[in-house]
Amino acid sequence: MLTKQRKNKLFGALTAITLGLSSLASGAMAESVLRVVPHSGLKILDPIWTTAYISRNHGYMIYDTLFALDTSGKIQPQMVDGVSRSSDGLTVTMTLREGLKWHDGADVTADDAVASINRWASKDAMGQKMMTFVDSLKAADSKTIVFNLNSPTGLIELALAKPSSNVPFMMPARIAATPSSEQISEYIGSGPFMMNMDEWEPGVKVVYEKFDDYVPRSEPTDGLAGAKIAKVDRVIWTPNRDIQQAINALNAGEVDLIESVPPDVLPLVEDAGQAYTARHSPSGLQYTFRFNVLHPPFDNPKVRQALLYAFNQEDFLEATMGNPDFYQTCKAMFVCGLPFETDAHMDGLLESNFAKAKELLAEAGYDGTPVTLMHSTNLPVLTNLAPVAKELMEAIGMNVDMQSMDWSTLVARRSKQDAPADGGWNAFATAWDAGDLFNPLAMAFLNSSCDTALFGWPCDEQIEKLRDDFARAGSFEEQKAIVEAIQARWVEYPTHIHLGQFYTPAALRNNVKGYLMGGVPVFWNIEKN
Amino acid sequence: MKSQNAHSPFRSTLFRLFKNPSVLIGGTLVFLVVALAIFAPLLGTIDPNQTSTSTRLKAPGYEGVMKIYTDEGRVKVPITYKMGSDTLGRDVYSRVIYGSRISLVVGISVAAIAISIGMLIGLIAGYFRFLDSVIMRVMDGLMAIPAILLAIAVVSVFNAGLMSVIIAIVVPEVPRVVRLVRSIVLSIREEPYVEAAVTAGTRVPSLLIRHVLPNTIAPLIVQGTFIVASAIIVEAILSFLGLGIPADEIPTWGNIMGAARENFQLHPHQILYPGLILAVTVLSVNMLGDGLRDTLDPRFSKRL
Amino acid sequence: MLFYILKRLLATVPVLLVVGVFIFLLLRLTPGDPAAMIAGDYATEDQIAAIKENLGLDKPLINQFFIWMSNIANGDLGESYFFKKQVTELIIARIEPTLSLSVVTIIFTIMIAIPMGIISAYKQGSWIDRVVMGFSVIGFSIPVFVIGFGLIYVFSLNLGWFPVQGYQRLEMGVFQWIRHLILPALALSVIFVAFIARMTRTSVLEVLGEDYVRTARAKGQTETKVLVNHALRNAAVPIITVIGFAFAILIGGVVVTESVFNIPGLGLLTVDAVLNRDFPTIQAVVLLFSFVYVLINLVIDICYTFLDPRIRY
Repeated sequence: MLTKQRKNKLFGALTAITLGLSSLASGAMAESVLRVVPHSGLKILDPIWTTAYISRNHGYMIYDTLFALDTSGKIQPQMVDGVSRSSDGLTVTMTLREGLKWHDGADVTADDAVASINRWASKDAMGQKMMTFVDSLKAADSKTIVFNLNSPTGLIELALAKPSSNVPFMMPARIAATPSSEQISEYIGSGPFMMNMDEWEPGVKVVYEKFDDYVPRSEPTDGLAGAKIAKVDRVIWTPNRDIQQAINALNAGEVDLIESVPPDVLPLVEDAGQAYTARHSPSGLQYTFRFNVLHPPFDNPKVRQALLYAFNQEDFLEATMGNPDFYQTCKAMFVCGLPFETDAHMDGLLESNFAKAKELLAEAGYDGTPVTLMHSTNLPVLTNLAPVAKELMEAIGMNVDMQSMDWSTLVARRSKQDAPADGGWNAFATAWDAGDLFNPLAMAFLNSSCDTALFGWPCDEQIEKLRDDFARAGSFEEQKAIVEAIQARWVEYPTHIHLGQFYTPAALRNNVKGYLMGGVPVFWNIEKN
Repeated sequence: MKSQNAHSPFRSTLFRLFKNPSVLIGGTLVFLVVALAIFAPLLGTIDPNQTSTSTRLKAPGYEGVMKIYTDEGRVKVPITYKMGSDTLGRDVYSRVIYGSRISLVVGISVAAIAISIGMLIGLIAGYFRFLDSVIMRVMDGLMAIPAILLAIAVVSVFNAGLMSVIIAIVVPEVPRVVRLVRSIVLSIREEPYVEAAVTAGTRVPSLLIRHVLPNTIAPLIVQGTFIVASAIIVEAILSFLGLGIPADEIPTWGNIMGAARENFQLHPHQILYPGLILAVTVLSVNMLGDGLRDTLDPRFSKRL
Repeated sequence: MLFYILKRLLATVPVLLVVGVFIFLLLRLTPGDPAAMIAGDYATEDQIAAIKENLGLDKPLINQFFIWMSNIANGDLGESYFFKKQVTELIIARIEPTLSLSVVTIIFTIMIAIPMGIISAYKQGSWIDRVVMGFSVIGFSIPVFVIGFGLIYVFSLNLGWFPVQGYQRLEMGVFQWIRHLILPALALSVIFVAFIARMTRTSVLEVLGEDYVRTARAKGQTETKVLVNHALRNAAVPIITVIGFAFAILIGGVVVTESVFNIPGLGLLTVDAVLNRDFPTIQAVVLLFSFVYVLINLVIDICYTFLDPRIRY
């Protein structure tokens, strides 16, 4: 018979055991949540409609691609099982892997792929180039895609493996049927994560959940290729406008990963010892200075050439990154560390040779026309570029009217072709991911097709011919030679100026591992211990 | 015993002013800040917009070498950053000293413009009954919008710059001046001597100028002082939020602090120094205003 | 009484109309073109024109205004250009932080300012009085964000007592919620404490000099009774006036404080909307704030009638 005391003790023990067991059980079932601070707020959910990097990163969460680049830059199949070509190279057949499903449960079919490719190609420069080789693109059956070409080219896989904006993400045919001038309104993909629409707060929070029916490849994870295995149950993105606040949150354990930490504030991470730094991109990003060739003074190629001599990369990189560990000067237009790196024809350029620059300016007959330089003030990575450009231009005697504005205003203004005095512009500086620059077809600023070119609107037949030759080139050697020819032509007809490479590291708490060097920040393979 | 007639009311007011401690202390400090603004180039400063990418974000007291571009090319200039350097290597001390110029210019312009416009509208509203209710409705509407929001909304219409900031800060201040002037006009209207003047056939403009205006001067001076203080603060807030004068055009205390936010934890001096001098300036203007109100016109001036 | 309330409520309509017209006109004059920004980098002139038509930006101003007004009357505050969500949804999502901050600030202010003012009045002329008055002048001289950074520097960076950033929703726990709000509320309350302490002191002083107070004291009432029954009652009117007026400044102060402490409330929403030229959001938020301000003044007017029987409309 149990005494009262014994009864109480027994009751207490039972309670403890029950509580312990249940907490063990819930511990085993507890979700792992990765809390990320992305570099900006996500507002546009259509990665085809916009080139914004945040939308691209979102795309990588919920969508998948036909091909992908591994860490050595080789093209690997991703959603595609196999590729075969006819003997004359004019028919390219691709088969989709087995078991691929959309987030709503439907099977992924070739029709979906065809529709997605068409939508992407209608917007993307490289896609457009690819389609000039394509007579027809069809789905032969539910798993087979057939390209009929008018001449052989390796551009198909190259374009479909494009890592950065715009990425040819695959979407269900009904969604991909949306014209590319409108945004999609459904967000179903076949990627390793699904988007939780109920918890989405635009600009404040995005929530992703692991897609249990995702079928990863059997090869090991390698950059953006190989198996994409989601190792956490949920990923939550909350941007933070103040990077210091984000770092404080990281150190306090309130977030797990910050996508981009400017070197100036890195000591805050290092000193606290709660997190370490990692990088996702071996080649980082490249700063570029863009001219508007429609109006004086930059309508004169010689004036633009003068800047090639007046500028130097070191000043820009020092002003923005500060710490040499995070930047490198690189005279190669097509990015140091990537296959088409070459500094052919770059001798003497980008070394602040003021004497030569002034000479060229005089030869060009520069008459003092002011340069309306747009200066964005609210993106820390870009803010210090324009003041440096201003100083260097003034050092060779140019007049500069630097106008400060926030990034959205700049974006609106750069699309205007009017004269600077009527609301247009002459120049501004920005940055591109290396993945967007690694060949003449991907590099948007190189496109010199006049009216259909990107803002700045360079207009040069020779560059366009060279880009076309590149698309038709048969071998890597041929392509390399064409790249060198492009650089030679660029010196005569500058479309933009590359101002050096840099990267901002990501910061991860010590218990978070598996960050991939894919060239683009991605969140599969990351686990929390 | 001194004869009363020997001292005009003006002179006796002046004496009382100088004996008031708030006026003395506030006034002296204001005078010092004005001196700072005028004599900025002589106070050990360099060009406040001079950047130097090799000496960014240095601590106060750092002695180093600036890399500057002149006509001869790259030149190295030794420098001691008394208050440290900012994100582009500019000397914070120089920027803070030169920043006083803009703050004072903005403060005084806003006060002058707001008072001129407000006085005009207030006189009209007070005197012409039929316009009064319309004008006051509009003024009430404007006052219903919180001042900062109104300034932000106005500044978003224009491109960033000095004039747009001044206009943006003037707009919320005008209604209060209108109210003040109008209430004075309304109370003066009832005075017998005004009625007498009207009966005698004095015309309206003459009435306004000779009878009403003199009574508005004292309260408007007091109100004006407070507007200066408030304008300096609002400009600082706008520039801090990134909606005011851009940091690369002219330094203002607000935009120095705004540009320094992203490095605050590692370099707090860039915010604390301009913050301190901003606080002292505004404080001294407010003290001056307090003192002026106590001596000149305790009746009409309501700070609120 | 009811009639009075109705009358006052109706009087707010023209005021709000003025606010609406003003904000609407102001924003239509802005140079940044939202259609171009929505259209994106590759947009052609045609696409931009199509978007303009879609959003109704190509109609004459008067039409746009009436459409906007009738929408608001139906509770439709429009759709944000950039988030593609109903502005009403955006506002509701962001209201909790702003409300929390405002309420905590007001509580702090009242808890600190009124006792300060009373003590000052009682000890008029002493060093306490001078300190309090000195503090109040300093209070409205230093901008909120300077105080905010100062507090962060001392209490977060150096002492580590409070978090540096952010906001914790109430549903996640009261302790963290209040912990994240203490520094911002303190920063924001300084200017109000300054105003209200002063006002309290002046009003209480005035009242203490009145005859009925002397009588009460002569009758032997305790000081506390004198204070509560007579002094505060009569001082309440001007104090409440100031509190009402302070709301306008509170709203403005909230914008800055949310920016400094990264609190995702209506203030930050406004700043972001301005930077993005998001007309519908800017219009809606300013209208909302003005409406709240007008409403609060109405409530205060009504409070007068309870507090001071001499005031009858």
